[in-house]
Amino acid sequence: MAETIDQIFVLAKDRFLDLLGIVLPDWIILLVRILISIAVLLAVAPVVMMYMTWLERKVLGRIQNRYGPNRVGIFGLLQPIADGIKMLTKEDIVPKNADQVIHFLAPVVIVIAPLLVLAVLPFGRNMIAADLNVGLLFFLGVSTFGVIALFMGSWASRNKYSLLGGMRAFAQMISYEIPMVLSVVPVILVTSSLSTAAIVEAQLGWKWFIFTPWGGFAALVFFLCGVAEVNRTPFDLPEAESEIVAGFHTEYSGMKFALFYMAEFISTFAISGLAVTLFLGGWDGPAFLPSWFWFGLKTFILILIMIWFRGTLPRFRVDQLMGFAWKVFLPFTLANIFIAALWALLPYPKNFIADTIGITVILTLLQIFNRKETPKKRKYLYAN
Amino acid sequence: MEILYFFAKTGFYATALVTLAAAILVVTLRNLFHCALALILSLLGVAVTYLYLKAEFLAIIQILLYIGAIMTLLIFAIMLTHRLTDRSVSQTNRQSLPAFALLAVFNIFFIASLAAVPWKINSASLAAKIDTQALGAFLMGPYVFPFEIISIVLIIALVGAVILGRTDQ
Repeated sequence: MAETIDQIFVLAKDRFLDLLGIVLPDWIILLVRILISIAVLLAVAPVVMMYMTWLERKVLGRIQNRYGPNRVGIFGLLQPIADGIKMLTKEDIVPKNADQVIHFLAPVVIVIAPLLVLAVLPFGRNMIAADLNVGLLFFLGVSTFGVIALFMGSWASRNKYSLLGGMRAFAQMISYEIPMVLSVVPVILVTSSLSTAAIVEAQLGWKWFIFTPWGGFAALVFFLCGVAEVNRTPFDLPEAESEIVAGFHTEYSGMKFALFYMAEFISTFAISGLAVTLFLGGWDGPAFLPSWFWFGLKTFILILIMIWFRGTLPRFRVDQLMGFAWKVFLPFTLANIFIAALWALLPYPKNFIADTIGITVILTLLQIFNRKETPKKRKYLYAN
Repeated sequence: MEILYFFAKTGFYATALVTLAAAILVVTLRNLFHCALALILSLLGVAVTYLYLKAEFLAIIQILLYIGAIMTLLIFAIMLTHRLTDRSVSQTNRQSLPAFALLAVFNIFFIASLAAVPWKINSASLAAKIDTQALGAFLMGPYVFPFEIISIVLIIALVGAVILGRTDQ
């Protein structure tokens, strides 16, 4: 029974294909097999996004000691649908001087990347749309696309605030892309595979990488870089309201703005899903609940942590943002690759000791080299 | 199943067409930013071609390196020029004709060398392992020397960039 519930989506798909196979030729079945996965992802992603906005507003409301949306439907559950209708019927304003074609293309292109990367996430046992040989690299490579679309929008608006937002997004992406990729290198090194399905299989039976010394820190770095990558608080400089109006989407309204919003939320979901896949054992969990439930639960917890960040942390300054990536994350992730190699090389008790020593040394070094410089006391020679 | 092969072939030619059309747009469009976007499309077409040839690793690296990193550099170059919001910039100057002539000569040699390579398509080469692990083993085994040379070149470039970019004490 538990087995059936675990595989229920896979079985449903197979049954559906069997039924189709009675009337249709083989090659259509082959195409339909692919199309079903795509259709499910395309249908589920916007729904997940809609209810993430609801969740965010509800949780933020709780943090700020108020109710959040509670007018439309019970607990405000229909609020996302009401918002969607509002967005659709809003007037679409395009600035007179904007680059018409690119201004239109940007919101269209920006949702492609977050939807594409969902294909390599294993949502449960046997529940991966495309088990690519290079799944992890695919995720990292394709997700850089989002920022290009974002820059397209900011450039085409011909607005100083938009352009500043785009520039900030780009600088942030360059800075955080490097530690993010380097923080997943230890996982590739230990599992010797780039396939997301194989990475989850390597962690089955509570051997989650977050429980290893190198994995715990790599997970932290990866998660924080992920938050920076999707431009969420405290890394939301590209859309800082108090400084640059709304950043890259200043000149967008109605459904086009909603698409930017949607891309951001689906990326948030995808990044959380990847963090779960890489460090938190993916769909692994006690067998009394189905595998897809565990994946959903862990992803949900990571999303809640991101919302919690948003509710509690103030925004970074630009120099703090850059310093964090280049002075802390980058040297640490580089050392972490070496530490993970030690873990893979040595037998059990020794590797734990070696890793603990290695991490202590690198953290101490970072502490020493990053200590705050206090400027020397000024002498006012010609004063008084 | 024949019809799927037909689809795949059509897709391949469509990809090639888009790649080439985008490449032509790169050198004919009159706005720097539009050119950059056309270049992205062209490079993406190359990545899709790699995927079609089952070189998945190469395809993703193409996206990561060329589209991700080089586009970033290009866009910063655009930002630093003062013609940011100009509607049109001429793509040709007086040197375009000699450049064309030189390119034609280069292309003759290029095509001749391509034609001289014996492209062995047989069952052994089709079944050859091209997965990432084999690639890694080759880079660390027989091809370790060129790999290390490239690393040294990159380190030199990095050190040079730091020296050029540092503020004078």
